[in-house]
Amino acid sequence: MTARTAVGAVLPMRLRPYLDDDNRAFWTGGESNSLMIHRCNSCQSWFHPPAPICRRCQSTDVGPQKSSGRGTLASYTVNFQQWIPGAEPYIIGWVELLEQPNLRLMTNLVDVEAEDLSLDMPLEVVFEAHPDGDLWYPLFRPVGAAS
Amino acid sequence: MTVIGERSSYISGLGQSAVGRNLGRTEMDLTVEAISTAIADAGLTPADIDGLVTYPAGGNGTAKGGFGGPSANAVQDAIGLRLNFYSGSSDGAAQLQALVNACMAVATGLAKHIVIYRTVTESTAQKASGRRGLAGSVAELEGEQQYMMPFGALSATCWLAPLARYHMDKFGLTREQLGQIAVVSRANAQLTPYALMRGRPMTMDDYLAARMISDPLCLFDCDVPCDASTALVISHVDTAPDCPHVPIQINALGSASWGRPSWYEWEDMATFPGRDPAAQMWSRTDLTIADVDSAHIYDGFSIITTLWLEALGVCGTGEAGAYIEGGHRISRDGELPLNTNGGQLSSGRLHGFGHLHEAALQLRGEAGERQLAKQPEVSVVTNGAGSTVGCALLTRGLLS
Repeated sequence: MTARTAVGAVLPMRLRPYLDDDNRAFWTGGESNSLMIHRCNSCQSWFHPPAPICRRCQSTDVGPQKSSGRGTLASYTVNFQQWIPGAEPYIIGWVELLEQPNLRLMTNLVDVEAEDLSLDMPLEVVFEAHPDGDLWYPLFRPVGAAS
Repeated sequence: MTVIGERSSYISGLGQSAVGRNLGRTEMDLTVEAISTAIADAGLTPADIDGLVTYPAGGNGTAKGGFGGPSANAVQDAIGLRLNFYSGSSDGAAQLQALVNACMAVATGLAKHIVIYRTVTESTAQKASGRRGLAGSVAELEGEQQYMMPFGALSATCWLAPLARYHMDKFGLTREQLGQIAVVSRANAQLTPYALMRGRPMTMDDYLAARMISDPLCLFDCDVPCDASTALVISHVDTAPDCPHVPIQINALGSASWGRPSWYEWEDMATFPGRDPAAQMWSRTDLTIADVDSAHIYDGFSIITTLWLEALGVCGTGEAGAYIEGGHRISRDGELPLNTNGGQLSSGRLHGFGHLHEAALQLRGEAGERQLAKQPEVSVVTNGAGSTVGCALLTRGLLS
């Protein structure tokens, strides 16, 4: 039996985004356990990253809406190189949200071991607060893997 | 009627500075060496040069990242050039945007002899300040990086490994197949005087035993940072009779961005953004992939090369693994010799310009010990991945 890849759930540090009117809902929605994704009120399409215009119909009647927080695993990598000193191996995932095809986020996968990953597996959001308590990183875990 | 304005341009001069690790030379010193060599190679003097273009915008310093190289303004002032046209940008068709800009300046008549250059001192910079990933000392992220770097995706390795994983799971790409890009490049580098990995051959077993960086990409799937500058002179075809070399014409450019310029939200997980400039390039020429005699395909990471093969139509989507199986087709004596100087994986991360330089050298027939036995007449060059991609088709001699 081969050893299973130990994967750290939490990075020793996460870089911060600069918050502005476009991205604030995305980065602070976790306070109310909400994955806030921009949506067009004219054509109803979702889009990420957030922007002040709909990339499908060019309407500026857009804004953040609470998404299901669920998706599937589009692809992933288990990162070993210590770009961050002291980091254990961690999983970077591309998650396709249920709301719309090709609506994807880059994120980390938690509460799962690398050997248990498979493309298209169902995932759900879980938030990790910044130590300063002013923004929340959306991470994903297998549906039903609540720790 | 489509105007193919890039055919007004040809490559008249080539210059490659010393290539090495921790050379202890400034970015300007390397740049001056490459540019002076290229101008002399074209049979010109600095007084003939009326255009200067670089990638990217330049100016982050020899030991401070080492990525940007000196700006066009700084180089103009150092050499004492009188310019009708100059530019530098990291937006555009990857590193090849410098070539695109030069061709446009030639076609509009803004300039006649344009030097394009790319300078890196990433080896010296990493020695000075460590290998920190792309974030450096940024306090708060903006733009697309804010949606990638907070998750530890601090290198392009992390942005491309998921594409390799996808192709392995969906199309059966194997590590042994992907490894052929690295193994064939290493073999080619044994014939390249400036290659960092000359004298250090590598077997498939060596490749498979290497440590993982971002699974499934291992150390040898990643290019090798170096110090170097590469320069080319792009001239108007009217001057070709005075060129001391066979002119290498720009037959077609690909600069398109039709899909989303995104590392992780490109619409079709099975393809990648190189598909668009490749389609545009082929729409601008009667030549086809079957006419291509050598391929100089971007290899910052081996998976990029693999995806470009599919984007260019060398093989179908998902078929690159089978195409490179065993490495025969892409070796020096194969049907599509690939990265004949060893590429960035084995000669050093010349960052796109090494591919352009090598393509022109092979088309001239001046590649010395590594010159292909069958003289290439048509070569393809590609640069970039993710949100920045471009390609060019070059010919030996001038076509109408």
